[in-house]
Amino acid sequence: MSWVLILEQTLNGLQFGLMLFLLAAGLTLVFGIMDMINLAHGSLYMLGAFLAAALVQATGSFALGVLLAIPATAVLGMLLEMSVLRTLYARDHLSQVLATFALILILNEAVRIVWGSDLPLTMPAALSGPVQLLPGMFYPAYRLLIIGVGAAVAGLLYVLVARTRIGMLVRAGASNREMALAMGVNIRRLFTLLFGVGAGLCAVAGALLGPLLAVQVGMGENILILAFVVIVVGGIGSIRGALAGAVLVGLVDTIGRAFLPILFGLFFQPRVASAAGPAIASVLAYLLMVVVLYFRPQGLFPARG
Amino acid sequence: MLELRSVSKHFGGIVATDEVTLEVEPGEVHALIGPNGAGKSTLIAQIAGDLGSDRGAILFEGADITQATQHERVRAGLSRSYQITSIFGRFSVVDNLALAVQARSGSSFSFWRPVSAEAALFEEARSIAGEIGLAGRETASAATLAHGEQRALEVGLALATRPKLVLLDEPMAGMGPEESQRMIELIGRIRARVTVLLVEHDMDAVFRLADRISVLVSGRIIASGTPAAIRAHAEVKRAYLGEEAGV
Amino acid sequence: MRGAATWAVLAMALAFPLAMQAEHQTYYLSFASRIFIYALAATSLNLILGYGGMISFGHAAFVGTGAYVSSIFIVEGITSAWIGWPAAVAASALAALAIGAVSLRTRGVYFIMITLAFAQMMFFLVNSMKAYGGDEGLSLRERASTGLGIDLGSDTVFYYVALALLAAGLYALHRLAHSRFGRVVQAIRENEARAEAIGFPVYRYKLACFVLAGAAGGLAGVLLASHGKYVNPNVLHWTQSGTLMVMVILGGVGRLWGGVVGAAALLGLEDLISNHRIEWVAALLPNYQQHANLGVGAVLLAIVLFAPQGIAGVLAGRRRA
Repeated sequence: MSWVLILEQTLNGLQFGLMLFLLAAGLTLVFGIMDMINLAHGSLYMLGAFLAAALVQATGSFALGVLLAIPATAVLGMLLEMSVLRTLYARDHLSQVLATFALILILNEAVRIVWGSDLPLTMPAALSGPVQLLPGMFYPAYRLLIIGVGAAVAGLLYVLVARTRIGMLVRAGASNREMALAMGVNIRRLFTLLFGVGAGLCAVAGALLGPLLAVQVGMGENILILAFVVIVVGGIGSIRGALAGAVLVGLVDTIGRAFLPILFGLFFQPRVASAAGPAIASVLAYLLMVVVLYFRPQGLFPARG
Repeated sequence: MLELRSVSKHFGGIVATDEVTLEVEPGEVHALIGPNGAGKSTLIAQIAGDLGSDRGAILFEGADITQATQHERVRAGLSRSYQITSIFGRFSVVDNLALAVQARSGSSFSFWRPVSAEAALFEEARSIAGEIGLAGRETASAATLAHGEQRALEVGLALATRPKLVLLDEPMAGMGPEESQRMIELIGRIRARVTVLLVEHDMDAVFRLADRISVLVSGRIIASGTPAAIRAHAEVKRAYLGEEAGV
Repeated sequence: MRGAATWAVLAMALAFPLAMQAEHQTYYLSFASRIFIYALAATSLNLILGYGGMISFGHAAFVGTGAYVSSIFIVEGITSAWIGWPAAVAASALAALAIGAVSLRTRGVYFIMITLAFAQMMFFLVNSMKAYGGDEGLSLRERASTGLGIDLGSDTVFYYVALALLAAGLYALHRLAHSRFGRVVQAIRENEARAEAIGFPVYRYKLACFVLAGAAGGLAGVLLASHGKYVNPNVLHWTQSGTLMVMVILGGVGRLWGGVVGAAALLGLEDLISNHRIEWVAALLPNYQQHANLGVGAVLLAIVLFAPQGIAGVLAGRRRA
């Protein structure tokens, strides 16, 4: 086990975490401000990936395909909000869970009908090689791109939320929904816009992770749970919490999967280690959530003081 | 019967109750008054167990109940009603009260025998319904009751647990003069068998019912004594009763 | 459903295999058994979701525990149903006790998330159990034996056993709903704060309810694995929990027959779409039958938006009017 491996896995964890953040950011705001559980958020991620794959095929350019997929997904997200999701804000959580679960079923099949069960999406040739970060240490260029984009978007979101008027409204809404409504803000339009932004973020994550994780129907469900874990750990309604939670979950999950089996191998017999190691590594993120919920139920950086 | 020693609660930077020391004697009707936001409901919540206390001790019949859970306090004989009506909407009036009776009569980890077979339970529920003035409305669903009737049920639920001390949090909230009069009469009837700590804004009711009055302002008790003493108390007049010098 | 209707349904259910044998339609016998099994699973969820108001997204964990534990007994050579089945149910109850004890300390969305997380944990744990099939699942050579002359290997016998267990479960739920315990649980769903304020230790009742539901779910899991002689980790996936929730809301949350109606409706709908081709739909979309879930999703969405009381609720409302 070399420090190169450790550094590599840490970067992988950071990369995964930043993409989780893109998903979690939209989710936490929708939940924090509109108090709505949206299980279909993962489906927007899937839509973004499929649209990117299709557009890349159509335009022949990775960058163009991805860039076009973002507004396309945002528009679809806003249409979804205006048609179905808006009626759920006033409903109880169970209804929201079931309705958005129904949306998952519908969207999964719709994608399958339009494009089939999966679409190929390959990273641009220019980025498929390794980059030398340090003497003796190489890291895939594409993953560096993801980290870069993720960090840039995080920075952009920070500026948006902390420095602009809209951001102020969003923060106000997250910490006290009734007050925001009472302030006479055009809540409906704000919510729709918020949804669109969230969908756009999902598209970025979906498009960028597509080449690494495969663009296929059902990809949304797997990552959706982790996104929820992130926002619970980070604190519902808090962007800062989403970032902290996402990076934490990303690191724990990646490093855990890489090193826990090895760690187990040091202490336990090979038969036990090879079974228990991967098993426990895959549930580390959930264990993290359970622990956080136990000691600090409102999350690490709760929006409401 | 009930003793509060330096009971305090704060929410972040806000101090809701501040070193509250209070005593409620057995058999009395003790009123707790104070301006809006004084911390009365918070104090009631601390006594009943809805909220934990940051500092201080709460003693009931000599026993320290500060750490006791809410249901343990009810079992010990301390129950409360709520300022914002909190009843079982989809249950009928009689079923509401029967629930409270059920809570204090034996274990409810009974999975097979139908409750409807327990005549005694429902008889008692019906008698309480009569006492609180809902005799003709027994089978009505609680959610369909008029406001005044719901407030009566609210108090009824607290009484159905056969408490030794009952905390009434603004039982007359939102009531007109006739309904308030009925509530005053109800409290007058029950005072013989249960000690009452009454939080109220209706000064007429307070001065008619109370044996003693305590005044809570900004989380602190500024005065405690007989109605006459409170009426004459300078600081109370200043802080609460305002410029009504003649009151 | 009132008494007469109940007996009529029971009579039909009892006569069903005889009719099927006459028609040589053994497929429907197996399909009916599957409905009974899912009806039991959905009913067990209805107890905590419908009657108790606890939105658990991890119920599949208990169904899966029952399925796996009973299967492991058979794979390890212990084929007696009298040992394997109670053990599986006990294991599910234990899992429900452990998961419930922690989860019920939370509320609202946190409760949903934490039950979901625990179910996913179990999914991943089972997935990595290479000794018992891992992600490929576990096949059983045979169903458990009862040693009483009741041959579970016969589809007809299995049908009656599943029917009997479902009927027993429904009757138990009926008694429970009217018992003291049932009242408290429903009161907790109605107003948890006040239930505590009149002297009920709410947490204990919720936990007991959770364990009972987990045990019943485990029994359904036992039947599920036994029926197909196969079990795989997908039984524990959170989307399976979702499917059970769909059944409950479809059938009617908090209503005695909600689980049964919901399971029958959902499985019936899926079967209808998959096996009975409707020409005009096929003209629009050639292989629509492979996309049954689209129809299911649309129906579910419609129910949530327009008829949240579910099918049983709509029927009950109409009878009253």
